[in-house]
Amino acid sequence: MTLRLGVPSKGRLMEKTFDWFGARGVVLNRSGSEREYAADVSGVDGLSLQLLSAGEIPRELAAGRIHLGVTGIDMVREKLAFWDRSVQEIAPLGFGGATLVIAVPAFWVDVDTLEDLDAAAAAFRRRHGFRMRIATKYHRLVHEFLRREGVADYQLVDSQGATEGTVKNETAEAIADITSTGETLRANHLKILSDGVVLQSEAMLFKSRAADWSGGRKEALAQLVAQIGR
Amino acid sequence: MVTKAEIRAEALRLQSLFEDAGALVVEADILQPADTLLDLYGEDIRARAFVTNDPLRGERMLRPDFTVPVVQMHMSNGAEPARYTYSGEVFRKQDDDPDRATEYMQVGFELFDGSDPAAADAEVFALMARAVEGLNLRAATGDMGLLMAAVSGLRTTERRKAALMRHIWRPNRFRALLDRFAGRREVPSARAALIAQTDPEALIRAAAPQIGLRSGAEVLERVSALQADALEPPISGGEVALVDSLLEVRGASPAALSQLHDLAVDMPAIEGAVARLAARLDALSARGIDVDTLEFEARYGRTSLEYYDGFVFGFYAGERGDLPPVSTGGRYDALTRVLGRGRSIPAVGGVIRPHLAVTLRKGAS
Repeated sequence: MTLRLGVPSKGRLMEKTFDWFGARGVVLNRSGSEREYAADVSGVDGLSLQLLSAGEIPRELAAGRIHLGVTGIDMVREKLAFWDRSVQEIAPLGFGGATLVIAVPAFWVDVDTLEDLDAAAAAFRRRHGFRMRIATKYHRLVHEFLRREGVADYQLVDSQGATEGTVKNETAEAIADITSTGETLRANHLKILSDGVVLQSEAMLFKSRAADWSGGRKEALAQLVAQIGR
Repeated sequence: MVTKAEIRAEALRLQSLFEDAGALVVEADILQPADTLLDLYGEDIRARAFVTNDPLRGERMLRPDFTVPVVQMHMSNGAEPARYTYSGEVFRKQDDDPDRATEYMQVGFELFDGSDPAAADAEVFALMARAVEGLNLRAATGDMGLLMAAVSGLRTTERRKAALMRHIWRPNRFRALLDRFAGRREVPSARAALIAQTDPEALIRAAAPQIGLRSGAEVLERVSALQADALEPPISGGEVALVDSLLEVRGASPAALSQLHDLAVDMPAIEGAVARLAARLDALSARGIDVDTLEFEARYGRTSLEYYDGFVFGFYAGERGDLPPVSTGGRYDALTRVLGRGRSIPAVGGVIRPHLAVTLRKGAS
């Protein structure tokens, strides 16, 4: 009987996850060489560790291939329709805080709200003959948000990185991206719409509803939760 | 359990009914170019359609419906009047309801005929009613043309009317805009400050470097438009109340029609649309539809995809609130105008989901 825990395999998210569990007596370690994606656990029985890309953790949770996983709220809500049917939030980890926002060029003094963005998009389409482009990797979240808010005449263009640069490169007119301090947005001459917050995100420990919870795994989870809750 | 064979048999039955009504059988490709559909419907279609990529042809969509390909085919080589029928699978993501099928059959009938719109509306509705006869369905009808006429008749600027017209299909944004233009919503402080600016050009220059395709001139143009709009008088409370009353109209068709006649006294802009509704009811009667019990609801059709712009209808299973409509349809003159690049052909059509017809028939027996 083991519980499989998926943890981001890289960078600050991994380090902070290790620190968070370590502070609660669950010691996660990378084993092998610096480049090998292998890891082990001490301080608690029956827990095995898998290092995964943060973006893949929602899918692995939904498929039940891991019992527990650490990833951003944004990732889960973007990738899983009916996310709360396939996973459950267990504990916020208190880091990785970020906000998914809609941002436009700062010199657009006429655009401060979504209502303005909508009106500007209509004029843009008339003038340029195509829909205003919003660069993002969060297609589902952004579309749902803009539909709910009644914004029309836009299109989403995919951007998997350096999204803040797309406006200057003229591959998009606006962006929807994750920001924590807004520093990168400002450096790229962009501003956040005053009502343009799509989602507040942070790192979260999720439980899979689809995984096999038989054979004492439920009890093991209860024990783990008691330990990390201290 | 409904089998594919039963669904196909029902589709064949429906299609032969449509052929007997004079329709030509047409086919459409399953893979449709995404750009046309995206340009027409925007992101709503991308969220609902299965999108795939072809290295040569770019983004493609598994057809989410037949209307666009059938209209395109007709525009390029059809003569009027024309009646078409098609039958085949359509594909839609069901993000908001995992119990609904993502791949299902649709059988449709489309009529392109500008000579007598009321008769054409009635022909399509009566045909659909006949196709679902015996299933004990409830019919819902509406008319998008009424609200559009009411908006075009408002005593305000063309710019405000155009803004409202864009959001006919988004009731919340429409309401927010109408309240804004009626002076019922407080102007946000950022906008109030902008309107008070005496030198917006300097403001734009000072704000940040001008990046992207939307130019400083376009920003300035919108600032000027906002400033000009701020000087316009609000849409009167009386006019807003009339639009609200129009949206409240519902009931059996004759009663709804008489309410609309009353409204038209104070709102002459809707006279034409009301007369068209009256003519349609006459045409429906002539086709044997009992209009005295036919429900009419002015709001009906406002939350569907934005291509119906006149008569709209749907047939629903009364007790089965969990089922999507068995049949839907309506008039889409504006769509043909967009696809025809200025050339417009009045068009009305409807579709039936044969798997729902079979499901209901089996449930009843």
